[in-house]
Amino acid sequence: MKPVIELRQVHRDFQVGDQVVHALDDVNLKIATGDYLSIMGPSGSGKSTLLNLIGLLDRASSGQYILDGRDVTSLSDGEQAVIRNRSIGFVFQAFHLVPRLTAAENVELPLMLAGMPLHERRSRVAKSLEALHLADRAQHKPDQLSGGQRQRVAIARATIMEPAVLLADEPTGNLDHRSGMDVVEILETLNARGITLIVVTHDAELGRRARRRLHMLDGRIHVEQGATV
Amino acid sequence: MRIRDFLGLTTSAIIAHRLRSLLTALGIAVGIAAVILLTSIGEGIHRFVLQEFTQFGTTLVAINPGRATTAGTSMGVFGTERPLSIGDAEALSRLPFAKAVVPFVQGNAEVKADNRRRRTAVYGSGPQMPQAFSMSVRLGRFLPADDPVAPRAFAVLGSKLRAELFAEANPLGKRITIGGSRYRVIGVMEPKGTVLGFDLDDSVYIPAARALNLFNRGSLFEIDVLYRETAAVDTVVAGIERVLKARHGKHDFTVTTQQQMLDVLGSILDILTFAVAAIGGISLLVGAIGIVTIMSIAVNERIHEIGLLRALGASRGQILGLFLGEALVLAAIGGVGGLVMGIGIAWLLHLLLPALPVHTPMLYVLLAESLALCIGLLAGVAPARRAAMLDPIEALRTA
Repeated sequence: MKPVIELRQVHRDFQVGDQVVHALDDVNLKIATGDYLSIMGPSGSGKSTLLNLIGLLDRASSGQYILDGRDVTSLSDGEQAVIRNRSIGFVFQAFHLVPRLTAAENVELPLMLAGMPLHERRSRVAKSLEALHLADRAQHKPDQLSGGQRQRVAIARATIMEPAVLLADEPTGNLDHRSGMDVVEILETLNARGITLIVVTHDAELGRRARRRLHMLDGRIHVEQGATV
Repeated sequence: MRIRDFLGLTTSAIIAHRLRSLLTALGIAVGIAAVILLTSIGEGIHRFVLQEFTQFGTTLVAINPGRATTAGTSMGVFGTERPLSIGDAEALSRLPFAKAVVPFVQGNAEVKADNRRRRTAVYGSGPQMPQAFSMSVRLGRFLPADDPVAPRAFAVLGSKLRAELFAEANPLGKRITIGGSRYRVIGVMEPKGTVLGFDLDDSVYIPAARALNLFNRGSLFEIDVLYRETAAVDTVVAGIERVLKARHGKHDFTVTTQQQMLDVLGSILDILTFAVAAIGGISLLVGAIGIVTIMSIAVNERIHEIGLLRALGASRGQILGLFLGEALVLAAIGGVGGLVMGIGIAWLLHLLLPALPVHTPMLYVLLAESLALCIGLLAGVAPARRAAMLDPIEALRTA
């Protein structure tokens, strides 16, 4: 199957003081459409850097990144922003909901940034919240929601543009076990419907659930287990 | 991104911190109110002074002895140029466009009636003075059209002088002494009030030729020509210059039109209004510092939001626009508030101190509002730029 993401000899170096840190060191990776991939590894192993790079929040120092058949290695800031908006959904450990906006408005943000007309937005947001059992919470502010509800709002926001790839960075890190399981099941359901899911986690139990598992160490893919779709 | 959504996001951020936003806007409002109030007073005084000047009509031309080298009145009154004579005034009155020609000499002298005496302003003038300066006679008549070189010793009293000398008694036909010479009172003027500080009512009018003798002067101070509205001012000036040059043999006099006087006065008053507005501008500067402060705080507080919006697909330009927009809205709220405050206080002032002329010109209102927006823009640039340049990864990671 044609890969949705392909990284070729990707390096990412950081200058820390007078020392160069190789956060990513010659990473080669192909991720197929519909893959369920977990990235694990100790702190500083480069798993977050890899996620940021795939999410186009960061740029490779060298190497090539092909997303959906398009070379996105050296796009301008504006072009990257458009791709983030359309093709990539982010789910963060800290939810990152805008506290002054309601749940519905938070979900609406990507559509707003894309410039979609109001009436179209409203029905899409309603449908999305409905699917995540949040319809009765639409007009609540984040501080009126439980942790699990907040993360579900964040997932609704990440998927509202129907992106090809969903990136989750410790999605259960701030949740109790039950809410965490809810969230994981939702993410896995989305994956089952075809979205490519990449989860970065410390949590071995969560990591094991993925069909394909990467272990990173010192900026390299140390071990790879499981299978692609 | 649509304009409506843009405004919605911007205002939601401002409403989320109501009190803080209100206080910040208040800083701008006070500045704008100060600018509007001060310019209103400045403009009010401007209009008041111009009105004082134009109450005699705008078809007046003044001729003074001596040649002025720059605009304004000449110093010829004290110089050695050939004097302006009663004959000059006579010659000018024969010009076709001349409606009224008034010779003019002024001085102070003691006026005595029976046993009352008072030092007062004495105006040497001509029979056409009431017409030229829109003055009217209350009792009797004004100076008659006598032989201008040897007029009879008649005097017309200002209303205040009449009250001082004669109280309620009828002064018509009474004899008075002005600076030692005897005159007969033939009229009393309507009260005219003060014009630019001169009390026209505390005065006495006598024929110009007699005033020249009284003050032992060779030259008139001024000849005023009231011309017909149909005549072009250039024709009037040219006609006057031709006549006087022919009589004097050279151009040793100055012709000043009302328009020239108004122009000079207007430009001085404009500078005054502008200076006053600049003082108000200082408080606007303080308001601008408030916006910079609050926007810098807002960027720090909302660092996660900035990272998030970038991850959701906002470009640097959109982030810049959002924070600039916030600064602009704050400034605009302040601008409108300041407008209401400024006009309100100006109106109150007008009620409480009717003597103080207050006028709020539309132009200054528009300028003040655009100034508020410019200040919002300038004050917002640095914080908004910082927000736009943030690294989204850093922004999302910051605890």
